[in-house]
Amino acid sequence: MDQRDQKDPWLSHQPRPPVIPTPRGPVPVPPTFPPRRQLSLTVNGRKVSVAEGTTLLEALRGIGIDTPTLCYLETLTPVNVCRICVVEVEGSRTLVPACSRKVEEGMVVKTDTERVRLSRRLVVEFLASSVDVSTSPQIQAYMNRYGARPQRFGPASPPAGHRDAARAGYHEATDGSRAATVGQPVKKDNELYYRDYGKCILCYKCVEACGTDAQNTFAIAVAGHGFEARISTEHAIPLPESACVYCGNCIGVCPTGALMFASEYEMRQSGTWDESRQTQTDTICPYCGVGCTTTLHVQDGKIVKVTSPLDKDVTRGHLCVKGRFGWQFVQIRDPGSERR
Amino acid sequence: MDIHLAKIEPALEEREAVNSVLGAPESGWSGGERRIDLEGHCAFGGHRSQAQRHLLLPVLHAIQSRLGWITPGALNYTCQRLDLPPAEAYAVASFYGLFSLTPRPRRVLHICDDIACMTRGAEELCGRVEQRLGPPSTDTLDGKATWYRSPCLGLCERAPAALISFAGERPCEGVFAPADPNRIIAALQAEGRDAARESPDRFDVKASVPQAGQPGLTLLKRAGRIDAESIDDYRAQGGFETLRRAFSLGRSWVVREVSASGLVGRGGAAFPTGKKWDPANRPVYLVCNADESEPGTFKDRVVMEADPFSVIEAMTIAGYATGCERGYLYLRGEYPLAGERLAHAVTMARQRGFLGDDILGQGVRFDVEIRRGAGAYICGEETALFNSIEGYRGEPRNKPPFPTQFGLFGKPTVVNNVETLINVLLIVEKGGERFATMGTSGSTGPKLFSVSGHVARPGVYEVPFGATLRQLIELAGGVSGSGRLQAVLLGGAAGTFVSPGELDTPLTFEGTRAIGAVLGSGAVVLFDDTVDLRKVLLRIAAFFRDESCGQCVPCRVGTVRQEELLQRLARGRPIGSTEEELNLLKEIAQAMRDASICGLGQTASSAVESALRRWRLFPPGA
Repeated sequence: MDQRDQKDPWLSHQPRPPVIPTPRGPVPVPPTFPPRRQLSLTVNGRKVSVAEGTTLLEALRGIGIDTPTLCYLETLTPVNVCRICVVEVEGSRTLVPACSRKVEEGMVVKTDTERVRLSRRLVVEFLASSVDVSTSPQIQAYMNRYGARPQRFGPASPPAGHRDAARAGYHEATDGSRAATVGQPVKKDNELYYRDYGKCILCYKCVEACGTDAQNTFAIAVAGHGFEARISTEHAIPLPESACVYCGNCIGVCPTGALMFASEYEMRQSGTWDESRQTQTDTICPYCGVGCTTTLHVQDGKIVKVTSPLDKDVTRGHLCVKGRFGWQFVQIRDPGSERR
Repeated sequence: MDIHLAKIEPALEEREAVNSVLGAPESGWSGGERRIDLEGHCAFGGHRSQAQRHLLLPVLHAIQSRLGWITPGALNYTCQRLDLPPAEAYAVASFYGLFSLTPRPRRVLHICDDIACMTRGAEELCGRVEQRLGPPSTDTLDGKATWYRSPCLGLCERAPAALISFAGERPCEGVFAPADPNRIIAALQAEGRDAARESPDRFDVKASVPQAGQPGLTLLKRAGRIDAESIDDYRAQGGFETLRRAFSLGRSWVVREVSASGLVGRGGAAFPTGKKWDPANRPVYLVCNADESEPGTFKDRVVMEADPFSVIEAMTIAGYATGCERGYLYLRGEYPLAGERLAHAVTMARQRGFLGDDILGQGVRFDVEIRRGAGAYICGEETALFNSIEGYRGEPRNKPPFPTQFGLFGKPTVVNNVETLINVLLIVEKGGERFATMGTSGSTGPKLFSVSGHVARPGVYEVPFGATLRQLIELAGGVSGSGRLQAVLLGGAAGTFVSPGELDTPLTFEGTRAIGAVLGSGAVVLFDDTVDLRKVLLRIAAFFRDESCGQCVPCRVGTVRQEELLQRLARGRPIGSTEEELNLLKEIAQAMRDASICGLGQTASSAVESALRRWRLFPPGA
């Protein structure tokens, strides 16, 4: 029996000193970071100074230049695929995407030249002529802002049913009289949400949210090639057979309404969806101890969908299946009547 | 990773196909026998399985060539072995044109209907094949075979070209060029699977290199003079002497001479090789880009088929000079013979100590791994190529960061084209300054040109930079077909058209730039005056629509709109007036050039625009 046992606090009634484990070998010193260098750049003739590591988009937003984005979201890794945020940088042969390009010392940036406006307008026209943008107020606003006329490419072609089986490097012959679209039947294979890929602009956000940027479930990926590229599960199997856990984070990041709550989709179909009659209330999810903020969208005294604000540190806009979809119990006023 | 697999038991054939690349599974966690005593409560695999993701493309090739299509069972088993989400594996498999994700007959015929073959009867060939086999993409010969129209197969000197592949236990591939419908259909029907491999069109150096054997050649000096499958023959002709010389003169000498030589990349972008080789970048991987897919280009294929050891030797010198210990050669999927010969060359070089841990007893370590593409033009773009090797979809990355900082597996990487690398042999032999005396001051050294279309003797030609287009055409025997030249396409589908009035342009980077053209990869396709250039433009537009990877909006939709617009003009049914359509075409072209991620979108309208600048193909008011 050693000394310590004899000094048992229960026996001696002495407070026991806290045990602080000491690592073997040299004690690691927390790394010190040098202060971030300030870089100067010129934006539209105006000198600006930003910290090293800032992207062009952050720098532009910092000085109040509204730069359009579609595939960019603060909580996701920039993929720079929509190319609507392009700006002109002196010395660069092509335009550069503001969302992912880091500021370099002495950069000279122009954001409102004819060249920039043309590319942005064409990007919006390309999207609006190939995708149903009716539920994307963002794209419609950009269409107005840049004077987009997607009808220049001709009337839209009717929806095709075979996009999931498209062969890479092959397309059906066209006579050019109709503009090809990604139109296709809506996918409804579960009770919680609809997938209307005729509205998909392939911004990769849902894939990122399903993957390493949030959920790490990897149920969906971009499959196929070229214009026939699409968001798909393996072999386009229905979601209930896939890895999907119904966290709904893909719906949370979708900019076009291609992924939509079943509740919202069905109300829109029946013509009862009316955002002007809706209120939004922030609350804390009641299920577990993590404490995610949820925003309840309420219309006519009923919750119609649940989102989560991006700027809350707990989960930065991401939820799980319970927080996202598990709110029906709130509506049950008399539990007994439901049970019958 | 907690991955969600389907409950499909892989069939024996599926298991064997996957195991042929990955080896037998180590434990029950990756699809093997479950051993309770060893793995009752702990999982093996994990990071070690995931670290093999770069083997995904070789595994998919193995499945495709064994079963004829990527079956759900085999894909699921692959995911189990690699600890990979099935959705991602499916995404990668569906990216490539050579893979089929739906059941498909085991015999597949590809017939090239691209621009060079168009001039030599590809349409007629497709028509006759269609008469015998039915329309493309449908099963034929009692469900045993199917056929497709294909983009350029890189056999333009022997157009029209066809590629046949047989899947099965003994898979084999072969080419037919010039293809005769009777011969290819007979080969497709033959029960002996070697009918394709034993095709008499496998290799014909006289047809591919008309200059073979002539004195004064440098890059092509061994073409036709050696047995491409014999390392002894190669050594007897001075092979691997250059490597010894490089070793004796040292790393920094080689890099200095390459810089002094003024060598620039021959793949199309003309970037100074010396800058890529800057030792300050501390590169880890050397990548040889042999994914030659530019329509009308076949020089790299011919080099690899005729003189494969020189490519391996050049890679070894490059690896030694830049300090890389690992080299990857990414070969185009449609080049079966080049693949066979290179694989053989690597094996022989390893056996004789020209590759490995201690090359020539000098303590230099370098080895080469060959990776085969699977029918995606975009994988010739360097960053798409890295993604493809790593087992991801071959989508280009945004630059910067450039490969010299962030390349293959995220490490600094040197990436060079086949032709660029074999020029290094010449530089080491002669010294950079003597190399720089060849050609012009702005474009040094010799250059290979792939000459095809309406020309008397198509093939790969070596001329020093500075020769004019007219001299090159004369070297190739002059214009054939009607004998009256209408147009020349320089640099392939991503290149530019030039008119007969511009034949005295020197074929240099600066000379072509002066007339608003590009040299690109060195493809030279001739069109006589019987060709309808509008059809050529439509084929190029369809090519870009098919080959756009689909990642960024300007290229994904822009290439579609460009094709539709040209179809409307060609049919004389413009929306509004022809002028309005031509203006719209200009806007589409500018947006693709300015806003696309990579060179594919940026050049997708280059040939169309250059043609419309030179000829009034769509007269207003028509």
